[in-house]
Amino acid sequence: MSAASQERRSKLASRAVQAGFLVALLALWYLGTTFWGISPLLLPNPVRVWAELKDVIATGEFLPDLKVTLSELAIAFAISSTSGITLGYLISRSPYLIRVFEPLVAGMYSVPIILFLPLYVLFFGLGPGSKIALGATISFFPIVLNTIAGFGYVEKIFVTAARSMGASDYQMFRYVLLPAAFPVILTGLRIGFTITLLAILGSETIASLAGLGHRIVHLAEAMETARMFAYIAFVVAIAATLNTITSSIERRAKRQ
Amino acid sequence: MTTGDVAVHVKDVSHEFGEPGDAFHVQALQKTTLDIRRGELLCLIGPSGCGKSTLLNMIGGLLLPSSGTVEVGHKAVRGPLPHDIAFVFQENALFPWCTVLENVKLGMVFQGVPKSEHDGRARKSLEAVGLKDFMGHYPAQLSGGMRQRAALARALSLETGILLMDEPFGALDEQTRMILGEDLSVLLSRTDKTIVFVTHSLGEAVFLADRVAVFSARPGYIKEIIEIDEPHPRKPGFVTTEKFAKLRNMLYGLLHEEIRKAVAQTAMTGPLT
Repeated sequence: MSAASQERRSKLASRAVQAGFLVALLALWYLGTTFWGISPLLLPNPVRVWAELKDVIATGEFLPDLKVTLSELAIAFAISSTSGITLGYLISRSPYLIRVFEPLVAGMYSVPIILFLPLYVLFFGLGPGSKIALGATISFFPIVLNTIAGFGYVEKIFVTAARSMGASDYQMFRYVLLPAAFPVILTGLRIGFTITLLAILGSETIASLAGLGHRIVHLAEAMETARMFAYIAFVVAIAATLNTITSSIERRAKRQ
Repeated sequence: MTTGDVAVHVKDVSHEFGEPGDAFHVQALQKTTLDIRRGELLCLIGPSGCGKSTLLNMIGGLLLPSSGTVEVGHKAVRGPLPHDIAFVFQENALFPWCTVLENVKLGMVFQGVPKSEHDGRARKSLEAVGLKDFMGHYPAQLSGGMRQRAALARALSLETGILLMDEPFGALDEQTRMILGEDLSVLLSRTDKTIVFVTHSLGEAVFLADRVAVFSARPGYIKEIIEIDEPHPRKPGFVTTEKFAKLRNMLYGLLHEEIRKAVAQTAMTGPLT
């Protein structure tokens, strides 16, 4: 058997184990709620959750909340990626600035920024403003750090070679620095995107007027657990789709 | 080959890294004077840290001398001269995100060659180094020897009068560098380029060069210049001749003492690079 097919086979085997695990979990959930007397208030039956999910999608009830969450996500990510890449590039231009700011930014990244949410609510209100601010703040850090790493540590020989061939400043940026830094920046953007989504959903569950996170808390407070689970499944599907898209964009761009 | 004509004029050139008194102060090269003839292949050979690469970088304008002047075509060098001088570096100076063909073309973009000429010139130079069938490959898909061929093609496509090669085969295995050396000799016998070639290898120096400049240990100066009077292209059989052995032994004699000195220095101060 060739090494490639062997590898494919072992990959298939681990996929099967993963799928089996999920099926077992689902089965336990079903058995627990159908036969073992777990209260439907704590954990609703998966069949009911499925029915609720179909209803949520069929009625289009989710649309306004989805719109709010996605637009918060888009604005927050646009803010953090433009400001993060710009600032990261400027810092990367000088070894002195890198020495000063890289540890500083890395240190600030380790602060639990979610703690700023109450402050942001005071500043920007209960609406989308505070969610956007939080999402942008949280994702700003990995984007800046990766941009500094991408532009700041381009191998010297590439710059020297381009210089010896007469590259102008613009050509150096366009044909050397940018392509050298691009994969690293892309990783920062992917991480930034993922945690923006997390921050926005999380902050919507804490203090908000609308959005998918808000809806989930609202249903929990109304004890409509089955519908709440349906919304959670819906959000998980959305998040998984978005993350798959960003990862595949990253992979495709890095393949060269 | 016309020998009277001077392509590069190096006059009283010194170079030091850091200021005197600094912990890292190193006198890399001291008061070196050297005329490089138009059309010759000059090898610079010497122990590690003797300043031969430093001299090469100063000729190419990548580094400025601490004192003295370098003149190319009667003009003092104050920065890179992409229209007169092309470089081949030790390794991995190809852009990994570009294919071989794109790498060669990008050099011409930087140099300012009109776009209509890019394709023809790139293909011609890639053909000359034997990479016609690998134009669409990325550098990571090539062997070390092929990567250096591609780097050479990029330099050739720039059609400069002077080619500076900084240990271009230094990272390759013995057999690959032998073949590359033979091919280079054939290739270069067809051009009238002036070439300065830095190497560690005695055999490579004798095989390729018209003249070999032997450097002393740090602070480097040129100890002696040896003429290798053998027409290009050099036949592979040249290596087995008595003449080759004699010249190689002569170089060895000149270098041996300097290498000892350099090793002792390194043990005391650590390597320069």
